[in-house]
Amino acid sequence: MNIFVCMKQTYDLQQVRIRKETRQPVLENVPLTLGNIDKNALEEAIRIKEKSGGKITVLSAGPESLEDTVKEALAMGADEAVLITALELDAIESALSAVLLAKAAAQAGPYDLIFLGEGSTDSYSGQVGPRLAELLDLPQITFAKSLSLEGRTLRAVRSLEDSLEEVEVDLPALVTMVSEINEPRIPTVTQILKAGRKPKKVLRPEELGVPLRDFAPQVQTLSNLAPVQNRRGILFKEGAKEIPALVKALEEEGLLRR
Amino acid sequence: MPSILVFSEQDRCALELLRKGKELGEKMKLAVAAAALGASQVEEHRRRGCALVYTGSPDPFPPFDASIYAQALSQIAAASGAAIILLGSTRSGKELAGRLAQKLGAGCLTDCQSLEYGNDGLVATRNAFGGATVAAQKLTTAVQIFALMPYLCEPTAPGEPGGETVPVALNLKPSPVRKLKSTPKDSGAVDLEGAEVLVCVGKGLGKQEDLKIAEELASALGGVVACTKPLATDLKWLPESRIIGLSGKKGKPKLALCAGISGQVQFAVGIRDARTLVAVNLDPNAYIFQMADYGVVGDLYQILPQLTAALK
Repeated sequence: MNIFVCMKQTYDLQQVRIRKETRQPVLENVPLTLGNIDKNALEEAIRIKEKSGGKITVLSAGPESLEDTVKEALAMGADEAVLITALELDAIESALSAVLLAKAAAQAGPYDLIFLGEGSTDSYSGQVGPRLAELLDLPQITFAKSLSLEGRTLRAVRSLEDSLEEVEVDLPALVTMVSEINEPRIPTVTQILKAGRKPKKVLRPEELGVPLRDFAPQVQTLSNLAPVQNRRGILFKEGAKEIPALVKALEEEGLLRR
Repeated sequence: MPSILVFSEQDRCALELLRKGKELGEKMKLAVAAAALGASQVEEHRRRGCALVYTGSPDPFPPFDASIYAQALSQIAAASGAAIILLGSTRSGKELAGRLAQKLGAGCLTDCQSLEYGNDGLVATRNAFGGATVAAQKLTTAVQIFALMPYLCEPTAPGEPGGETVPVALNLKPSPVRKLKSTPKDSGAVDLEGAEVLVCVGKGLGKQEDLKIAEELASALGGVVACTKPLATDLKWLPESRIIGLSGKKGKPKLALCAGISGQVQFAVGIRDARTLVAVNLDPNAYIFQMADYGVVGDLYQILPQLTAALK
């Protein structure tokens, strides 16, 4: 069983602060990490490997800093990493990411399963999975909240807005998952130390036949600021005693039914 | 001729997109067409003055499957000369968006909270950095796909003269994904996105039985109870359909009352469009107070029942 897990490097968003005067995010000195839901995807791959054996390869496209960030995935239990790096791949677009991952997967293949999170932690666009499935002509199962494998048949429960859908597919297949699927493990110190010695292949986009100058950006960002909060900011500090004042305020706004 | 094509597998969302499509079509001088993969949608669109409704065989069309619907829509998009495709940003809509975009070589933005045509062209806004910021973005490709959040606007009202139905001969490869069964997540599912009043609870709540105090307040306010993600996925006190936030529903109530919620961005993005936001929290420094119109510092176990009593 060859499982590829696609992961994206993002800023640790818990540590991103907003500069009040400009509403801009402050990214200096914010540590890099791998996407939260990507780790659920990796965890699921590790569980399958523990049960049925196989090999787990992490695929990722991004800036050079990936070489260091990916150690987190290798420590968790991935066997090796295939990285496509270039300075220009910082804040990579979904469309380019999918093309690079598809080329890398084809080169590193064969594969039985390709796993991703349902969306990245930062952009949460959810496009890379379906785009990659289209490029590789694979069946896609998205928003999986549980998986079970029997031989070459994968069964999944998909979590849609208001229903759970049980589906089945023969391998190879691409699966995106929701964070409810599992709790990603925290690597031990020994695993972290060993991670540095696991095989890592670093490719340039050109080596995959995707010269970046040929790829025109598809998305243009005009602004990216924290939303303006036009809130009254009235704080009743005395707790329950001030309920009448709150009721009066809501009444004046016409928010109470009476 | 380039045109705007709208499609959603959800009927209500499809009609919201039709309204948005018509509004943009007028400004951009583009014809608006709808793709209707199912007999009921054809009539619904025609009754709402959609000039061209594209439909494809087989009839009845199979239920939603991303690979089949992506094939169908790419063929309809080609037949209609679509330059702009509006989809619903539901889970199915999102998985369709990516696959369709790749088929058409189109740029794509999902989870769009707004889409407007102005001096900068066609610009969408969507959350970035996990919701800490909102980015205004546009696409540069010849074909552009925007998946819009449900409830972005009202559905088009019926009553306009019907347009033309155009059948498209579709050539569809069957999906390798076999559907075994579908079960509703929550038989008592409520419409969080359409609710006028939401009472949201978080980890400040000590145990499941205490949800009662939130439910009583919600009923006094004429609203429904929603929750942060951990309450549904980790603790399972409420069904997942009640989650407000980045990976749940986005509410737009007139009034939101958030109790025992610190206000992490993953939750905040789902509630920040509330017209009036009231927060109840023990910690006077809780972030939720920064986004609240009215904050009450105190114990929700006291405040909620007393507020309920005061409203009766």
